[in-house]
Amino acid sequence: MARKLPPVDVVLVGFGWTGAILAQELTEDGLEVLAIERGAWRDTPTHFPTTVAQDELRWYWRKEMFQSTARETLTFRNNRSQTALPMRRWGSFLPGEGVGGGGVHWNGQTWRFLPSDFVAASHNVERYGPMRPGMTVQDYGVTYDELEPHFDRFEKLCGIGGKAGNLNGETLVGGNPFEGPRSAEYPNPPMHMTFAQHRFEAAAKELGLNPFPGPSANMSQPYVNPLGCQLGPCTYCGFCEKYGCGNYSKASAQTTILPVLMKKPNFTLKVHNEVLRVKLDSTGRRATGVIHVDQNGEEYEQPADLVILCAYQLSNTRLMMLSGIGEIYNPSTGEGLVGKNYCYQVMSGADVFFDDKYTNEFVGAGALGMCVDEYNGDNFDHSGLGFIGGGYIACWTTHNRPIERQRTPEGTPGWGSAWKKAVVENFRKSTGVGAHGASMAYANNYLDLDPTYTDVYGRPLMRMTYDFTPNDRAMAAFLTERVREIAERMGGREIKVSPREGPYDSMPYQTTHNTGGTIMGSEPANSVVNRYLQSWEVSNLFVMGAGVFPQNAGYNPTGAVAALAYWAADAIRTQYLRSPGPLVQA
Amino acid sequence: MRRHAISAVAFAASAFAATVPVAAQETVYSQVERGRYVLITGNCQGCHTAPGEEPFAGGRGLQTPFGTIYTPNITFEPETGLGRWSRDDFWRAMHEGMAPDGSRLYPAFPYPHFSKMPRAEVDALYDYLATLPRVKKEKPENELPWPLSWRASLAGWQWMFFDPGVFEPNPEKSDQWNRGAYLVEGPAHCGGCHTEKNVAGADKESRHLMGGQLENWAAPDIRAGPNGGLADWSEDDIVEFLETGRNAHTAAFSIMSEVIEYSTQHMAKDDLRAIATYLKDMEGEERSVPAEPGEAVMEAGTAIYFDSCSACHASDGSGVPRFFAPLAGSGKVNGEDPTTVIRVILEGARAVPTKAHPSPLTMPAFNWKLTDEQVAAVATYVRSSWGNRGSPVSASDVADLRQRLADGLGPDR
Repeated sequence: MARKLPPVDVVLVGFGWTGAILAQELTEDGLEVLAIERGAWRDTPTHFPTTVAQDELRWYWRKEMFQSTARETLTFRNNRSQTALPMRRWGSFLPGEGVGGGGVHWNGQTWRFLPSDFVAASHNVERYGPMRPGMTVQDYGVTYDELEPHFDRFEKLCGIGGKAGNLNGETLVGGNPFEGPRSAEYPNPPMHMTFAQHRFEAAAKELGLNPFPGPSANMSQPYVNPLGCQLGPCTYCGFCEKYGCGNYSKASAQTTILPVLMKKPNFTLKVHNEVLRVKLDSTGRRATGVIHVDQNGEEYEQPADLVILCAYQLSNTRLMMLSGIGEIYNPSTGEGLVGKNYCYQVMSGADVFFDDKYTNEFVGAGALGMCVDEYNGDNFDHSGLGFIGGGYIACWTTHNRPIERQRTPEGTPGWGSAWKKAVVENFRKSTGVGAHGASMAYANNYLDLDPTYTDVYGRPLMRMTYDFTPNDRAMAAFLTERVREIAERMGGREIKVSPREGPYDSMPYQTTHNTGGTIMGSEPANSVVNRYLQSWEVSNLFVMGAGVFPQNAGYNPTGAVAALAYWAADAIRTQYLRSPGPLVQA
Repeated sequence: MRRHAISAVAFAASAFAATVPVAAQETVYSQVERGRYVLITGNCQGCHTAPGEEPFAGGRGLQTPFGTIYTPNITFEPETGLGRWSRDDFWRAMHEGMAPDGSRLYPAFPYPHFSKMPRAEVDALYDYLATLPRVKKEKPENELPWPLSWRASLAGWQWMFFDPGVFEPNPEKSDQWNRGAYLVEGPAHCGGCHTEKNVAGADKESRHLMGGQLENWAAPDIRAGPNGGLADWSEDDIVEFLETGRNAHTAAFSIMSEVIEYSTQHMAKDDLRAIATYLKDMEGEERSVPAEPGEAVMEAGTAIYFDSCSACHASDGSGVPRFFAPLAGSGKVNGEDPTTVIRVILEGARAVPTKAHPSPLTMPAFNWKLTDEQVAAVATYVRSSWGNRGSPVSASDVADLRQRLADGLGPDR
């Protein structure tokens, strides 16, 4: 029997980026807010100071930075004819755990989606006609213009470095000319570019493209954010993604919010406690709180007026399923919505090898790069191409971590002395160009509960059924050719193209940009949450994170995740608190 | 919502209002408020609070060269606190260093400074303390060897080193200077740390505010006139440091971080400026030229510095002002006593989070990573580079401090 705890106004499940944003916002209204995090407390000087942050073996290869698969993982299969098996070791994506969540170990590439991304269904149907069979793309239910102030807030919170390409409708040279109008320039200048970016920039310009600096949450200079939190200048050590930053140079909950939030008397954080389910009243239409369990296996009932799921997309979706909120999607019937429209992203690229030029990519940072956006979203005419969407193409110099990266030219054997020789010769003289492709929703890619495997508490694991779609493949083939065109012009001796072919493989790392499962939309018939991320079914439950994306855009998602969190927090503060209940009438 | 946002705010506001004047029915708000400010200027909370426990209930162990002295409970709880003390009792303790039973107080309680406070200030402090939540908490026994454990021994100490008397302004100086002098020498008791002590633990008058050592930290020279430890600091620099915990030259950590957290960041800006005016008027002593460090040591120190330190502190020691402390020109790096620089390399340091700068930017520890020789080399390098003029540090200096820190002992035991 769960021990009942004193009630709080708001309980947040999970304490990463969205948890910290919601806690900071809602405590400003005097609400008593409790965040429950299943992982550990983590702060910069204790857990990833400069003396241990750059430990490649420990953090990445031994997976100390990520969720423990021994306690909970997910099962995977490419399609419904297969039997899903548990992922016992993370590969293609790396769910975070602990305070700060995945925001501790992200690269910091902080984008706004395009205005057309938010209306992907209506926009593309209007321009190109009906969608292909099986495609379940839909509109977000919120527009770019509505989210603009919230993108801006997050960029200022984080000290994003970049160059505006569209300032209040005016196109600025040097920025991304395709971006939606922004109300302000980036709060920091772009990062310092290296040799590889200069070559990419020149090649892109030769092709008539508009290269611009990637928007970066690695500080291009010392920065004090609007809360007074200080971020130090990036040292370009090349340990961002998969690592915590020891220099306070990467925006995270730790560097941007926690110094202020943790001092508030109306905020409490409970770590090492896992929420097992959201508790509903007898009508099933109201959440009364959550049930959580501590490290000793003691169960607690935490009553709350408002429950907000702030865990990772996979965990939020699973919690909805385990709590019996909404119907789980069934691809055979098309019934149910929870778990529907699981999407990912499609990455492809090319390596460029130089003979006499040093790229020295160990001088790198997670979001140090030059990009082009000509082939993203609907920035180009897709007529006759057989796909919608696209992706940005970039030359990021994120790192040259020696265990992880050994670029070798075409034809190099995979091991032995010839391989070693090639690694040594090319380690400091190579770079890469990559396409960051969108992922469109299809009826046969989805999440549900596994019939066989369970977690440490005996609850069914999440089952992922996913493969690249016809749209993905056509798009990736197109983008890879665009990558090749740029890479060939960068002045190297040779290039090696890595297209995305074959079925999706859950093992090689690709990206931790899993989306969908708790999608947002215009009505209860097409979505799990409304435009304010409020559950249609249970109006005192909100769901944050990339699970609400109806399909994934050709950008890294954190900027949009955070903007949506601010947007939802604003709706809670200005509308819900005045009149609790559904914010959108069904 | 069960509890509406508005009502939650209203509740918080009323709870706050209720805690302030409740026990002080006979005193007016302005008197209590005056006392609250006196308490801030004296940083009573720092010493009279055990880490992580109720404020002002005492029990914090102060490491002195003579042993550990535990601070008493200064809430007005009658059994274990000051609840039975009269105003006169309190005045006698503050002004004469004497307990109500006539016994003498250890000067770890800095009454040689508090003695300079006028009666009205002390009474106001009494009235404010009376309003604090009362906490029942016994004081642990002091850990002092005989005869120091025998309080009568303090009579001789007081006779030799203590001259009670309220601060008298210097008519030749400005009001601002006098206010600063009163604060520095009186309630703020800066000399408690920043003045070297004699063998009996009393201030060496000739070394007034020229730096001291306590709890294995070297407190820097804070004279800010020519040749002083803070000669390069402007008045604005001093005010900024005391108000925000950072300035263009350094960041506060260790014991000074408590002073800023509980005391100076809450002080009126005019008072901080007064302190700055007074310190700027204090000349320092010309320093002797330090010995030249050996070439091999400097070579090793340079390599370690570029490997482990330069990412934050910059290759020229300029740091990132207000983020990562500059080392060039730093009073802590440069001081005659290298204890602090060695200790920071060993243990790391956390810049005090303040209202102005909430981020507790922290340097990591290197004690597990660098040997005594390596710490000595890099300490020597930073003390003699970029115009710094600290003397070389030896591996045995590092080993000694490592040992003292491991033993948890003061410097003279």
